[in-house]
Amino acid sequence: MRPYPDGGAARRKEDPKALAPVPGRLGTVYRGGQGQWAWALHRITGVGVLLFLFAHILDTALVGFGPEVFNRVVAVYHNPLIRLLEMGLAAMVLFHALNGLRIVAIDFFPRLADRHQQLLAAVVSVWVLLMIPTTYFMGRLLVRSLR
Amino acid sequence: MSLATRERTQTPAPAGGLELWTWFFMRISGIVLVFLVLGHFTIVHLLGEGVDRVNFAFVAGRWSSPLWQTWDWTMLTLGLIHGANGLRVVIDDYVRRDGLRAALKSALYVASLIFLLLGTLIIVAFDPAKGS
Repeated sequence: MRPYPDGGAARRKEDPKALAPVPGRLGTVYRGGQGQWAWALHRITGVGVLLFLFAHILDTALVGFGPEVFNRVVAVYHNPLIRLLEMGLAAMVLFHALNGLRIVAIDFFPRLADRHQQLLAAVVSVWVLLMIPTTYFMGRLLVRSLR
Repeated sequence: MSLATRERTQTPAPAGGLELWTWFFMRISGIVLVFLVLGHFTIVHLLGEGVDRVNFAFVAGRWSSPLWQTWDWTMLTLGLIHGANGLRVVIDDYVRRDGLRAALKSALYVASLIFLLLGTLIIVAFDPAKGS
């Protein structure tokens, strides 16, 4: 639960000192358990995917400069190191998607909150299950690019 | 355990106003994006030759179809707004200095708008003949 859904803006206006920073501690806290890790991972993967999206819009936009420029730029994606990052991107997107569905399920069907641990176990299980073929498909191209 | 668990695990929906709308938007756009993004990723990155076959001709071929133009534009728009709103919440949570927080959020809004316009322009106005 985020204690301040607006990020504390209204509370801060009421009393500027109420949300004064505590040295050595980040602003938002969660009440612990697996949910805390899922919540933190959701934020981290979300920000990570957004940063990639910015880069991806830029590289795709270069298609407007014609084949020579665009083909030279997308060749970056054939670099083995970038392929490894691409696998990391897949892992982040997939976790964010599955965990997001869990959040939506609990928010729209509040009784599911009683089963939140099983739901998170399902998220992690499906993530592992889907990462196996994903790793295989991308891994085979990565191995081939090394030869 | 029921009530305490619920308080701990459920994100409370905001009472109303803009925050309620963004809360709702995040959930609806999130569901749509699961299909759009995972579909895009499977088709472009996993199947066939993956990114090895992605070049100018590949993009030109895809965007000659209104289906993929619509797909990509919807994904671009929902993804950018969903992501920008998510980062807005993160900035609100961690940046305590008012001026810095306002500056970061302004930069985020401006950047998101520019990327949205750039992405829309390239999907709508792209002319494959220009390259060949």
